[in-house]
Formats: sequence, C-alpha cells, structure tokens
Amino acid sequence: MNLIRSHSLLAVVALLVVLALIRVIWIGRDGTGPSITVYSGRTADLIQPLIDQFERETGIRVQVRYGQTAEMAATILEEGRRSPADVFLAQDAGALGALARADRLTPLPADLLDLVEARFRSPAGQWVGLSGRARVITYHPDRIDPSALPDHLQALCEPHWQGRVGWAPMNASFQAFVTALRVTEGHDAARDWLTCMARQRTRSYANNSAILMAVASGEIDAGLVNHYYLHALARERTGALPIRNHYPAGGVLVNVAGAGILRTASAPDLADRFLRYLLDESAQRYFTDRTFEYPLVRGIAPNEVLPPLHDLQTTDLDLNQLDDLERTLRLLQDVHLL
Amino acid sequence: MFISCSAVDMGTRSATTRSAPVQAFASPPPPAPRRFRDPGQVPLWLRLSALFVALLCLLPVLYLVLRGAEIGSDLWSILFRGRTARIFLNSVLLTLTVTASATAIGVLLAWLTVRTDLPHRRFWSILTCLPIVLPSYVGAFALIATLGPNGALQHLLSVWGVTQLPSIYGFFGAWLALTLFTYPYVQLSVRAGLRGLDPSMEEAARSLGRSNLSAFRRVTLPHLQPAIVAGALLVALYTLSDFGAVSLLQFDAFTRAIYVHYTGALDRSAAAILALLLVVLTLGILTMEYRLRGRSRYYRVSAGAARRQQPMPLGVWKVPALMFCGLLVFLALGIPLLVTGYWLIQDGASVNVLRETVTITLNSVAAAGLASAACVLAALPIVVYAVRFPDRHSRWMERCVYIAHGLPGIVVALALVFFGIRFVPALYQTWAMLILAYVILFIPLALGNLRATLMQISPRIEEASRMLGKSARSTLSQITVPLLRPGLLAGLALVFLTCMKELPATLILGPTGFPTLATRIWSATEEAYFARAAAPALILVAVSAISMWIILRQEERVS
Repeated sequence: MNLIRSHSLLAVVALLVVLALIRVIWIGRDGTGPSITVYSGRTADLIQPLIDQFERETGIRVQVRYGQTAEMAATILEEGRRSPADVFLAQDAGALGALARADRLTPLPADLLDLVEARFRSPAGQWVGLSGRARVITYHPDRIDPSALPDHLQALCEPHWQGRVGWAPMNASFQAFVTALRVTEGHDAARDWLTCMARQRTRSYANNSAILMAVASGEIDAGLVNHYYLHALARERTGALPIRNHYPAGGVLVNVAGAGILRTASAPDLADRFLRYLLDESAQRYFTDRTFEYPLVRGIAPNEVLPPLHDLQTTDLDLNQLDDLERTLRLLQDVHLL
Repeated sequence: MFISCSAVDMGTRSATTRSAPVQAFASPPPPAPRRFRDPGQVPLWLRLSALFVALLCLLPVLYLVLRGAEIGSDLWSILFRGRTARIFLNSVLLTLTVTASATAIGVLLAWLTVRTDLPHRRFWSILTCLPIVLPSYVGAFALIATLGPNGALQHLLSVWGVTQLPSIYGFFGAWLALTLFTYPYVQLSVRAGLRGLDPSMEEAARSLGRSNLSAFRRVTLPHLQPAIVAGALLVALYTLSDFGAVSLLQFDAFTRAIYVHYTGALDRSAAAILALLLVVLTLGILTMEYRLRGRSRYYRVSAGAARRQQPMPLGVWKVPALMFCGLLVFLALGIPLLVTGYWLIQDGASVNVLRETVTITLNSVAAAGLASAACVLAALPIVVYAVRFPDRHSRWMERCVYIAHGLPGIVVALALVFFGIRFVPALYQTWAMLILAYVILFIPLALGNLRATLMQISPRIEEASRMLGKSARSTLSQITVPLLRPGLLAGLALVFLTCMKELPATLILGPTGFPTLATRIWSATEEAYFARAAAPALILVAVSAISMWIILRQEERVS
C-alpha cells in the first residue's frame, strides 16, 4: 500500500468527519431557557423573519422544522403522543382539520380565537387562521382580455377555454377548492364540472409555481392558483411579469394558512404566546406586506396590491367542511385526475 | 498495486476450480452459485453484522405491513381498481425504458472516458457524471423551461417557423429527464469495472484476430456484466422511487399515487398498501437482476500484466464521440445550470443569501459525508458475505438491502419516525436518525460497486493470507478492503452525491433547524421564489463537482 495515497483519501474522510462533528456540536450548542418546537408547513421564506423577531422580543427560543404541510401532518400523526411538536403551522385548513379529527390539537382560548372572524377558524376552536389565500384565475393579459374572464370558475368549462387552462390536482389548495365546490354546489355538480374540465384537456401541473411559469411562458392562457404566488414572483423578478390575477366576481374561495397547538405540547403557555404573536398587528402586517396574503385580524388593511377582502364576494363556506377530503379525493380519482 | 494477474478467464461460465460442497438446501436449480468455502465457515461476526444491516433495511417494510394491516375493507378496492393496474403498468414501462437507455448511455460514456483516446478524458469524466447531483425536481423544472411548450427551444426554432414541439409532458418527458439524471449510476459503476479489468485480455483477443469492436463485445462486455447490471439496477430502482420528475412532467406513476394518499387525506394505510405493491415490483426487478448478474468468475487466476491499459484510438469517431459527450452534458447539466443561472441573475438580495448559504453547504456536506462513510461500512459485511460465501441466506440479505431503495423517500422517513420515536427517542430528530435513514435508502449505491469490485478480486489472495496465518478479520482489513478501493471510492462518491440532493428524509428526520442545500432549493421553488433557489442549486453542483474531481483523481491513482 502506498501510504501517501491512502492518506489523501483518509484526509478527505477525516476532514468531513471533523466538519460534521463541528456542525453537530454547533447545533447542540443551543442554550437553555424557554423554548418551543414548531412544525411548519409554511416555508422559511414565508415566516422565518417573523420567528426571529419573536425570539428577539420574548427571549423564547423557537425551534422550527420546515416541510410540506401534509408531510408534517403525517409526521405528527406517526409520532403519536410522543411528538416533540408544540405548534403546527399549516398552509391549508385541510391538514389542520385532519389533525383536529385525529384529536391531536388542543382547544384554543376564546379570546385568542375571537381575534379572527369566525369563518376563518375552527368552530370547535382547535385551530385558528393566520392569513388568507384567495383562489383566483391567473392569466396572461396579452392572450386574454380581462373582460372575457368569467365571474365563476365553473364557466371555465365553456368550449372556447379548451386546452387553455391549467390546474394542479395534487395540490392541497386545489383539493380544498374542489371540496368547497362540493359543499356549496353539491357533489354531482362538482363531478360534472371536473369531468367537463378534464374533457376540455385542462392541463395538470405539479404545483402552483409550475402553473405560474406555464402562464408566463404562454404555454397556457389561464390557471387556477392561490392569489399570492403572482406577487411573490413579481417581487423576485426585475422585469415585468406577463401575468395578472382575476378575482371572479361571483365568489372567491378564501382558504387560510393557520395554526394549532398540539394536545401533547410540552409548553402550551409559550405556544399560546407564539400564536398570539402571529395574530398581533405587526405579524399580520408582515403576512400582507411581505408574503402578500390577507390579514385575518379585524381592522388590519391588506396590502394595497390586493383587492380588499370585503370587496370580494367570498363563497359562503365553513372552512371546517374542507377537512372532508376523503370524498374529494375519491371524486378526483373517479374522474381520473389523481 | 496490482496483485495477481494474467492468464485469462474469458467470462467462462463453466470453470469450477474446486468442487462445490454439497448443497443441502439447493434453491433455484442451475447454475449453482459458486462456493469458495464451506458455508459453515462463514465467520460468525460476518454473518451477524450482515444480518443486522439487512434487518435494519427491512424496517420500512415492517412499517408498511403494520400500517397496511389497518386498512380493513378498502384493501380490495385499492388493489383491484383499474387505476392501480394502470399506474403499475406505467411504472413498469417507465422503469424498463429508462433503465435501457440509461444503461446504453452509461456504458458508452464509461468506455469513452476510460478506455479511448478521447481528448480531455478527465474533464469529460467529471462533467458527464455530474448530472447525478441534480435533484430531479430541479432538472425537470429546467427541462420544462427549455424544451416545454413555448420554452427556450421553441423560441429559437420559431425563426424557422416551428410553432409546436412534441410535448415534453407525459411519458416522453419523464423518460428523458430520468434517463438524463440517472445514466451516471451506470457510468460510475462501469468505470470501476473497466479499471479492474486486465488489459491483456482484450489484447489476447485482438492478437487472436478479433477486431477492436469484437474484442470489446466478446471479451470486455461480458466481464463488465456485473458492473453494468449493478448500475442498471440502481437506475431501475431510482426510476421506481422518483417523485419529483414524474410529478412535474405529469406522468402518472406509482409514486404519485402514493403521495396522493399521504398528502391528500393523510391516509397512511392506503399509501402503505400501494407502497407494498411497489415492494413487490422491486422484488421482481431484483429477481431479474439476479438472473442477469451472471455466475462466472471475474477475477484473474494467476499473476500477469500490472500496467496501464493502452487507450484505444477513436480515429474518425473522435468527433462524433465528442459531440455525443457534449450533447449529453448540455442536456443533462448545461440546461439546468443555464436555467438556475438565469434565476440567479434575477436575484436582488444575494449577499444575505450567500451568508446563509455557507452554513447550509456545511450541513449538506457533513451529512452526506457521514452518510457515505456509514453506507460503505454497512455494505461491506453484506458484500463479503454475498460474494465470498454465497448461500441462500446471503442472497436474501442482499435483496433486503435493496428493497428500501425502490421506495419513495417519504415512506422510509415515516417508517423511521414510527420506530425512532417509540424505541430510540433519544436519537429521534438527531443526526444519528438522519444518517440511519440515508443508510437504509442508499446502501445499495455502495453495495453494487463493492460487489462488482470484489468479484474481480481472486479469493486465492485471501486464501493465501489465511494460509499464512492471518485471521479472517485481519485478512478482510489488510487484504480485501485495500484491494476493494476502486469500489469503495465509487460507492462513497455515489452515496455522497445522492445524499446531497435527498429531500423527504432530510426534511422529516433531520435535526430541527437543519437546512441543507436540497431543502433550501425545495422551499424556494415551492413558493415560486426561484431566484432564492439558484444560489444553493449552483453550490450543490459546485461542491459535487469538486468531490467528483477528488474521487476521479483517486481512482486514477489507484489503477
């Protein structure tokens, strides 16, 4: 064996191990003191600055695990009673509803719930909405005259929309929208609409970002998405973005990103403080100024780029009914969308 | 560094140099696996450590069985609805085609960059292997942006009046993306195989009147069979377990259905049933692989030429060969890099991003480095057992180790959540758990290479060491492992590069507050903050390129 040869490989491996150990110690170095663990389905881009601010102001350490909302919820279910999580932040009401049904969330105090309009929280009080997301039609203004856009999403199944529309059937927000359709219009109407849209060769995308890119490139003319992606993308871009949002006049579904406290939380009082902080005016302003969502606490105006919530004809829907996902999934499978 | 050599064993299927011991429990009939020692003599420590690793790798299956058992009456409706059959066939079709094309490309590239006089071979070696580091969701996004409807290519072609391209979505796109991002598995495996070959074999064939091509086909290729099959197996299982590419490219594969059950209704039982079907599919692939693997001897039986292979002159084929390499690098690496570069240009807040990126890079490198060392260590007992003492048990252990590789990451991650928090809560959400997940997911990457290399090492050397009084263990550490070096390196490289891009297990099992390059890229693309995904994506490629360079250099020194 050539010693030098074996040494250079050893050196690389040893360096990696040392780096790793430094990193391990670094992570383990977190001081003591009060702390909570948050499982967040919201990505770091959408909330970390707020959490940093909370830590600075209160001295409470917040350990955040980021992941996809549904995967986080599945993880919490799998962890069972031993879950280290105190708070679950979700991107949609469906996942919160699923945890509430599995009896994993603890009821929140009434004064905390009252900060938010009743339609944006769980009636049993197990979760509360933090920010609102409107379901809109995003479109390419060069290819569609805004006046030609329908007042109801249902109208997208008219023949002249054939092959021009995109949606994301695997996406939780789309599934919530279909649930809303089922609840408000009835199961059969929802099925007819989905079948019609599918027959019209509506394109299925993996997620909202992919739809936006497809509309921007002219691959499709319109897509069903949440409203804020457009603004997030526009802020990142230096040039003008050839996309606009259309809020159907006949009714907009406003879904929420929300939070709940786990029944097994080790520090429920700190978790409570954390939720109150997220419903505080500065946090609500952050949601609307930085992530372009709707603030849900009364008296806080949404970002000026957004049409005010009260101007929107919102669908009359109890968001808790959105947790009836199973029938929605079965419906989507029946019409071969999933 | 070369030990024994020469007298050629041209892929004979017969040569049994020693009578095999009686097979008391002979499983599949012909041709019986060769035995070099009585199976009764498998050292206990070897048997136990191999068994331990194999059982660890079965944890996800145990989890699936436990969850699947809760399903109740829905079982039949899930198993026998038309959709299940359709996605099953879709996945089979995709796996077969991707494996075939990736294998062809991988073998050709390995041969070009190892055995021919292709100009700048090391440069091409690194570049052509690099696509392996791209997370498939990034690659797929990039392909859509360039080759998709109204993408960059169509804009270029519109000058010549081309208004519509064949659709990138569906089978074609998924096949293209997965082929482009998996062929390096075959290439890296075959490289190691080619380097272990004795050049005198091909020379003998040529001196006996064979043309270059025919010598390659008749002599080299059969000897590479274990390496090729090992690489192809990895491609097949990657394709089966991939979610990113098939979902973005809108191909209805098995993993998509599994994700729907997890993410939609959080229906873990239905997801488990589908995942168990995937296990069945994986077992089928493993059986096929076992048949194709070949049972010949691949090592030299006596001392011979310890020298470098003469590169084969490409002649008039040099330009087409360069164009082929160039085209592949452009498609598999150039396009994703151009697209991410374009994202980066649009980024305003880059200073902040950069500072944060240093920590993230350190996280990624440290986790992937530890995981690759752990994978190689865990793979060693299995490989030595399976190659040196092949018996019914070793064959099943090998299969166990591969099963989790065919499962989507989320399944393995949730399985470890389930077992981790119940039985080793002290390790839950620590590095140990994450590394364990990586080992279970990626041990086959180390295993395939080690196995192919070990098969090229004559057991006579080990026997000589034993006869000279060394124990089995010191023979392993002083003779076998040093000789295994090319395979060890290739294994380390593969695991390292693959861990760097792993997403679901990293998200679910990593220590809390542990962003890596892959999780950063994912969270940015998820919210359409593409510019923020660019820096980590480019760093991922850069770090991987450096490690690839180190490893290829080591590999060249070794031979």
